[in-house]
Amino acid sequence: MIGEEFVALSLTPMLIGMLAAIACALPGNFLLLRRQALIGDAISHVVLPGIVVAFLITGVVAAVPMMLGAAGAAIVAVVMIEAIRRLGRIEPGAAMGVTFTAMFAGGVLLLEQSDTSAVHLDVEHALFGNLESLIWLDATGWASLFDREALAYLPVELPRLLIVLTVVALFTWVFWRPLKISTFDESFAQSIGVRTGPLGFALVIVAALAAVAAFDAVGSIIVIAMFICPPAAARLMTNDLGTQVAWSVFFATLSAVIGYVLAGYGPLWLGADNAVSAAGMIAAVSGAILALTAIAGPHKSRSGAPAKG
Amino acid sequence: MLWQALTFQLGYNATLVTLGATLLGVAAGVTGTFLFLRKRALVSDAISHATLPGVGLAFILMVAMGGDGRSLLGLMLGSAGSAWIGLLCISALTRRTRLAEDAAIGAVLSVFFGIGIVFLTFIQTMSEGRQAGLEGFLLGSTAGMLYSDAVIIAVGGAAVLLAVIAFRRPLSAVAFDPEFAASSGLNVPRLDLIMMGLVMAITVVGLKIVGLILIVALLIIPPVTARFWSERVTGVLWVAGIVGGVSGYVGAALSAIAPALPTGPVIVLVSFSMFALSLFFAPARGVLAAVLKHLSFQRRVHVRQGLLALAQGQPIYEKLTLRLLRRAGLARADGVATSDGKARAAKALRDETRWQMARSREEFALAATFYDGLTEIETVLTGDQITELDRLIGAPKGVRP
Repeated sequence: MIGEEFVALSLTPMLIGMLAAIACALPGNFLLLRRQALIGDAISHVVLPGIVVAFLITGVVAAVPMMLGAAGAAIVAVVMIEAIRRLGRIEPGAAMGVTFTAMFAGGVLLLEQSDTSAVHLDVEHALFGNLESLIWLDATGWASLFDREALAYLPVELPRLLIVLTVVALFTWVFWRPLKISTFDESFAQSIGVRTGPLGFALVIVAALAAVAAFDAVGSIIVIAMFICPPAAARLMTNDLGTQVAWSVFFATLSAVIGYVLAGYGPLWLGADNAVSAAGMIAAVSGAILALTAIAGPHKSRSGAPAKG
Repeated sequence: MLWQALTFQLGYNATLVTLGATLLGVAAGVTGTFLFLRKRALVSDAISHATLPGVGLAFILMVAMGGDGRSLLGLMLGSAGSAWIGLLCISALTRRTRLAEDAAIGAVLSVFFGIGIVFLTFIQTMSEGRQAGLEGFLLGSTAGMLYSDAVIIAVGGAAVLLAVIAFRRPLSAVAFDPEFAASSGLNVPRLDLIMMGLVMAITVVGLKIVGLILIVALLIIPPVTARFWSERVTGVLWVAGIVGGVSGYVGAALSAIAPALPTGPVIVLVSFSMFALSLFFAPARGVLAAVLKHLSFQRRVHVRQGLLALAQGQPIYEKLTLRLLRRAGLARADGVATSDGKARAAKALRDETRWQMARSREEFALAATFYDGLTEIETVLTGDQITELDRLIGAPKGVRP
């Protein structure tokens, strides 16, 4: 599998999968510790109506309007969840459930009603992504990595995800201390002058950014799985936040690579002749990693001082 | 067309499906209320997504054994099996590790769904799998349903509803107050298990109509809607059942006349529109009621502050205050009090003075907590206490020459 064929057919999807996985896993660490793990689930559902509305307005499937539409939908969802929670005094989980199911249903109906047959936009694409189709046909081998002409034809998702990953990583790096403090002890963070409200909102926005970029490339299953599984597995490996983030990046990369290889080549080894969904397999591998750490992780149970009454 | 669909005139299958969806909706609304009161609404999301690998595996097994593969009963059994495994995974993750329940829900949901997608893409490569139509289970579809499937859905809906009715008393006791329920001899863990079993049954029966991605809406939206209409468990249960039933009924009827649309989103949007109506127009907790309450509170504050200003001879600059006082006939347009206004102003000032005295004295500390600048002191203290206050304040005194 090393050679021309690999560079052209497998290198870019694998890289895109890795970048998407890492971009989601980074904010996922903080969301997990803040008990907001299901935000990723909600975001990946509400992104659909945003993208459909953006498509209906502009008439093209382009990155910028879709990003704007998705971001708009995410903001609408956050406002709606807050409104339902406050006005109806409904617990946040249920408010979230009402919002994202209704918005997803609206998105699906809009999509089915409008004429999107000419473009590659349908519900299944939104759910499973099209990782396998993000190939780099102009590559002729490893040398193409240094060939300017071939590089110009890289799938656009790759540089886009690279930019988003840089933004996410920068956010995590710059706000590391305030994020860490406000995640573990919000009132202490407030007392030393961290503005926890805007910081929490910024975290959700960064998560949404990662979700939208990843969603566009790989579908919503990977987004949800990568927000939760690698950070959760990492949490069972260590007590230190820095180490946890490092583990989660490692697990995310591992899931993407093993998942992609298993999906592409696994069926061939078993004698079948067609590959299975790479997105689904990556999610499955991340689940397997989580299962392993849940069985044998060094810090799987609560440790340290006993809980105070 | 819509009228025909709503009055069961679109053929035997459509009628059965609509009936089944209605019964299922009622059962889902009631069960969802128990989940909602236990604050575990999103567990159902994980359960429903966890059905997908079971559906795929059941199809593959049935084909491997030489069967049709599309038998709804077989697919339902498979989905129930994998949903059960998903539930076990959630409870194992929350009990045996330090992960919170929301992380366990998200992990099970995405991983099981991913595995299910792997199976589905595998099935698409099987020669028998091309027309399997398993994608219909994602968003629900009633188009081209077999007679036997329609019967299964109608019977399944009725069975789930009967089970919910049978368990409604112990389940609402547990949902309302688990500690009290435990102390009165109910087996809370077992009832929780029954509740999850009901959720699973609803998911499995609703799989074909609503689809596994959106079935969670049928369990969440009706109770949240009902919460706007009632403060009592029984009331919420009734309203949730009705909202769920109407959603299933209208949604299934609508989709019978528009077969191209997936059924699930239609049903969800019907129930969401009922939710939106309740959010705005519910009598006690709705947005409209809250706005009205706020406006009336604002008016009372303005009138009170205006009266105090009149009593102390201060000019009123706030236009709203002046307008409210004028409309009540308490002041003239130039801000001078009418005779009625003078009497009310004197009363307001006396009330305020009494409150200030009450708040400064130890023995009235409890009463002073009722002070909000609006409540009249007579509604809080007895006549004797007010006499005591007036004695402490003292009689009006003249100015020494």
